[in-house]
Amino acid sequence: MSSVAIGKEKGFGATFWDYLTTVDHKKLGNMYFFAGLLFFAIAGLEALMIRIQLMVPNNDFVSAGFYNELLTMHGTTMLFLAAMPLLFGFMNAIVPLQIGARDVAFPFLNSLGFWLFFLGAIFLHLSFFMGGAPDAGWTSYASLSLYSPGHGIDFYVLGLQISGAGTLISGINFIVTIVTMRAPGMTFMRMPLFTWTTLITSALIVFAFPALTVALFFMLADRMFGSNFFDHTMGGNTVIWEHLFWIFGHPEVYILILPAFGLFSEIIPVFARKRLFGYSSMVFATILIGFLGFMVWAHHMFTTGLGPTANAIFAVSTMAIAVPTGMKVFNWILTIWGGSIKVTVPMIYALGFIPSFVAGGVTGVMQAVAPLDYQLHDSYFIVAHFHYVIVGGIILAIFGAAHFYWPIMFNRALNEKLGFVVFWLFFIGFHMTFFIQHFLGLMGMPRRVFTYQADQGWDLFNFISSIGALLMGVGVILLVVNMFLSIKSKPLNTRDYWNDGRTLEWAIKTPVPFYNFKQTPLVRGYDPYWIEKSEGNKEGMTFAEPIGEIHMPNGSILPLVMSIGLFIASFGALYHPDGVSWSIPVIILGLGITVASMIVRSFKDDLGFHVSKEEVIATEESLYGKGGNK
Amino acid sequence: MDLNTKFTPKSWPDHAEQATLEGKNKFVGIWIFICSDIVLFASVFATYLSLKDSGPAGMDIKASELFGLELAFVMTMLLLTSSLTSVYAMYHMKNYNFKGVQLWMGITVLLGLGFLGLEIYEFYEYTVHEGFGFTHSAFSSAFYVLVGTHGLHVIIGLVWITGLIIRNAKRGLNLYNAPKYFASSIYWHFIDVIWVFIFTVVYLMGVLG
Repeated sequence: MSSVAIGKEKGFGATFWDYLTTVDHKKLGNMYFFAGLLFFAIAGLEALMIRIQLMVPNNDFVSAGFYNELLTMHGTTMLFLAAMPLLFGFMNAIVPLQIGARDVAFPFLNSLGFWLFFLGAIFLHLSFFMGGAPDAGWTSYASLSLYSPGHGIDFYVLGLQISGAGTLISGINFIVTIVTMRAPGMTFMRMPLFTWTTLITSALIVFAFPALTVALFFMLADRMFGSNFFDHTMGGNTVIWEHLFWIFGHPEVYILILPAFGLFSEIIPVFARKRLFGYSSMVFATILIGFLGFMVWAHHMFTTGLGPTANAIFAVSTMAIAVPTGMKVFNWILTIWGGSIKVTVPMIYALGFIPSFVAGGVTGVMQAVAPLDYQLHDSYFIVAHFHYVIVGGIILAIFGAAHFYWPIMFNRALNEKLGFVVFWLFFIGFHMTFFIQHFLGLMGMPRRVFTYQADQGWDLFNFISSIGALLMGVGVILLVVNMFLSIKSKPLNTRDYWNDGRTLEWAIKTPVPFYNFKQTPLVRGYDPYWIEKSEGNKEGMTFAEPIGEIHMPNGSILPLVMSIGLFIASFGALYHPDGVSWSIPVIILGLGITVASMIVRSFKDDLGFHVSKEEVIATEESLYGKGGNK
Repeated sequence: MDLNTKFTPKSWPDHAEQATLEGKNKFVGIWIFICSDIVLFASVFATYLSLKDSGPAGMDIKASELFGLELAFVMTMLLLTSSLTSVYAMYHMKNYNFKGVQLWMGITVLLGLGFLGLEIYEFYEYTVHEGFGFTHSAFSSAFYVLVGTHGLHVIIGLVWITGLIIRNAKRGLNLYNAPKYFASSIYWHFIDVIWVFIFTVVYLMGVLG
């Protein structure tokens, strides 16, 4: 590992092995990104099938049962297996660079987190080929899912348990990274907003995911091992699932939206060419949203019957969240105000995001009014609301950031012209699909129905909505085409691709060497790269140390082996209720593999390796030619 | 990091567990992990409280009749003492006395094993003699999952500390394994604190009815 392998072409086998064993945050970021993209495409196909089924009344494109599986897998996949890994991709790729670190705090755990997520996701998707996917909605309320026949729900429970463990590990990792590994001078109030939102998001993960773990474990035990948490005939209570799920589920929404806010807070100042307006209020708003996110879970349960007092409290706390969110929206607008605006693809996503997200937020405040929620509950109004927040917020952020950070992640640029085409297709398609669903909801169309009768006034609106979905589909296909085209394009080998970068990640020349910074940078203020540029510093940063030996972590195959062990054990648990004889041995075999690799990990010292000063200089010269990163 | 650096009690750093970046990361990491574990236990505690004494119609087992304080008291004493002995181990670590660390960590493990044995005995009694099995009722499921989750944490802690004792038996203290000992002892205290809550919520409040 310590020899300089960069610049030499490696064979397919060696490259493949490298990706299986890597602990490099940049490679793991790319893996998260492409795994997320894969599941985004799968869930997008499911969405298209849903919209084709609802295009005309009394359609029989899919059966009622398969429709339930589609809507369940669409929601579950989009939230857990598409949006989260895509955002994790950016966090991995960008956050260590933004804070001037060589890697994350626990590179081994970073790799473990990825493989747990990926194998959990694969496990969940095997359900399509092994007797039916989960069909109780992404919320999988116990009253529906407890007696759902077949193994669909079991796949949901086990798959999410594994990938959830991976997410929790990554969350802990990012908190520790940001707390302990910031470059000298990078105080908390000089951290870029994306790093701040990553920190708060990770805190939300740490406090929210265990509730899901517990809920999933109860469901697993009830369905597979005969316990009685949710079975009312045995004294159980299905409302426990609703509480635990939403104690996790509502923060989950903020886990997704906060990094999206962070990404836009990076994009907007760069292209407005103006310092982010109200930085400290942005930080404060982020923390406040994270805190209030835990105080509102019962607004998903207004119609469960918790009583007027509980409903009133949760209604008020829900409305309170609009305040910090509003602060953020005004700060973005005031950053743009009076700026020297360059409308690039990332910027147009940001400009499209502000009104779209505000529309989603306002309908959210409407639903916070409990009496009105009784009207809107389980109607298409809800569907329209959360798609405005998720697509109009998170997905626009991911697409915009993909264009924005592509030069850093892949040393290539995405085509701007095609980028604009994709934006307009996607943006128009998005509003066409979901704006009209507000009215469908108000007209009484319930969500999660597989078909509807003609002549209730819903036909035309549903048809328009489906056409919009197809436009979005075309947009996404063109985006993927753009990504493939970029592989063919010329490597950039430059720094600060957009010319107006402000933070440390733009100060480093691409391709980023595996140790990131050859010397740890010294941060002299907020927007450090902007400061250095405005002082005419050609190197892009002030260094905190001379060139010297660099300590880097070793790669390892163990994270993959551990995850495969849990993957195998899940099959044993899955078939346990069928009474097959091999279920318990398979569970033991799988857990045995995991535990054995943990023991190997504990008993083998992993001290990492050192890159000598000469090797650092040689690497820099092989990447950037004579003189290195100048 | 060089494992061969020899220390004396004088040259041994004051906070050996945080003397390296890796050590500092482990220190912060275990605390963050404990934060998440607190939420895990809070969820299980809340479930237990809402399902306590509830079961199928006509269930005759009540917490006030099932639980006794004698066994729980002995278990509490064993676990609290084990927390104290792990503090002794950390005290010796600060003074670069490796034999003291191993000895007191070993005693911690023995006390933990005693606790675990009593817990298994208790579960056996309830299941076999009282007919209060895992699938008996919502109450029994919640009880076994709450106390069992704690028991699982104890097992993990025992395996962890035993592993450390065996792995480092021949090489003494260094800046690579000091953070590992320290993190395991923080984790062990956490398990202890959780047990104090279980003792209160399950046994004391259980006996009161």
